[in-house]
Amino acid sequence: MERTALDLWVGAFVVTGIAALVVLALKVGNLSTYNVSDTYQLTAYFTNVGGLKPTASVRSAGVLVGRVTEIKLDVDRYEAKVSMSIDTRYKFPKDTFANIQTAGLLGENYIGLLPGGEEQMLKSGEVFKKTQSAMVLEDLIGQFIYGKPDGKSASSK
Amino acid sequence: MPIARSLRGIGSRVVNGVWRIGYATRFFLMILRYSGPSFRRFHLTVKEMFSSGVMSLIIILVAGMFVGMVLGLQGYETLKRYGSESALGSLVALSLVRELGPVLAALLFASRAGSAMTAEIGLMKATEQIAAMEMMAVNPIARVIAPRFWAGVISMPLLASLFSAMGVFGGYVVGVVLIGVDEGSFWSQMQDSVDFNHDILNGLIKSLVFGVAVTVIALFEGYDAPPTAEGVSGATTRTVVESSLAILILDFILTAFMFRGD
Repeated sequence: MERTALDLWVGAFVVTGIAALVVLALKVGNLSTYNVSDTYQLTAYFTNVGGLKPTASVRSAGVLVGRVTEIKLDVDRYEAKVSMSIDTRYKFPKDTFANIQTAGLLGENYIGLLPGGEEQMLKSGEVFKKTQSAMVLEDLIGQFIYGKPDGKSASSK
Repeated sequence: MPIARSLRGIGSRVVNGVWRIGYATRFFLMILRYSGPSFRRFHLTVKEMFSSGVMSLIIILVAGMFVGMVLGLQGYETLKRYGSESALGSLVALSLVRELGPVLAALLFASRAGSAMTAEIGLMKATEQIAAMEMMAVNPIARVIAPRFWAGVISMPLLASLFSAMGVFGGYVVGVVLIGVDEGSFWSQMQDSVDFNHDILNGLIKSLVFGVAVTVIALFEGYDAPPTAEGVSGATTRTVVESSLAILILDFILTAFMFRGD
């Protein structure tokens, strides 16, 4: 085969291969939702994060406003410390309520932000004061079977 | 002395096996050492990318499409029982991007391009073309082997990406167009569960490793083949068997490192 035709075919092959990778990254994967713009860091403490994972979404009123960047155990408080990066376009009042929610019955965990009424806004590095942990299905079933909730297994604070 | 004879048999097999592994490793290092010309004279590599990459396109695209369609059907049948048909998108995409894309593309590549590589090099050796090159002070590893190696290593991730993309399209055709799963939840659940670094990049690394393994096995078997018609046909068979096993074993090892249940 002629050299130019060969180069043409190989070039087309490489371009379609890279195009397939870009399609996978943007349409199938979540690369399009990474770092859309500048972000700032916020932290929240939860007694139980359930199935929350890094890169889980942070939503307010159902709109994606950021991503969970890191989850680790804070040994001073024995609570999970969840760091998240929030889009700088969105500011939240100081008394915003952060709770771990589930998309559907068996879906992914995400953090829902419920803004309060305070005038001052949360700045980078600050901590959500009011949080609610993941709803653990076993605890709920336990409470249902044994009547009233027994404090120890209550996962909200 | 039947015991001594069977012991000798075991011993010679072990020694032979170790010798072949050592020879193959040296062969691999030689390829790396003499791969300069495959980049300085890149048209050598481009020519091999045509015969191994472009010529494998049809089988990869058709196979990817049908694997995706089967995944769509089977996944729907199972997910329907739990009333979570909307998770079909993430099922199809995750299984393709993490496992089926790299593994099946590499298996097809091994039988489509790897066997051809072995036969070609084995015949070159049988017809003494390789010896002739050495006579002319042309290094056959630099001129013949290394371009084929790099062509395979570059082609493999591209083919695996095309396989996965076609598979997702096939799953979409069956799941959304034919069965009628909700289109919005198909894509949004897929994007929620497929992570670029964790899933797509790891799949790419897998296909790169498979590309190295398949081409090294194919080239080594060809280079090492006895210069007879039987020898070349036996080497071609061994290429397909060994590289398929290598792909599946490497896949398990890589998966164990990449997805440790975190």
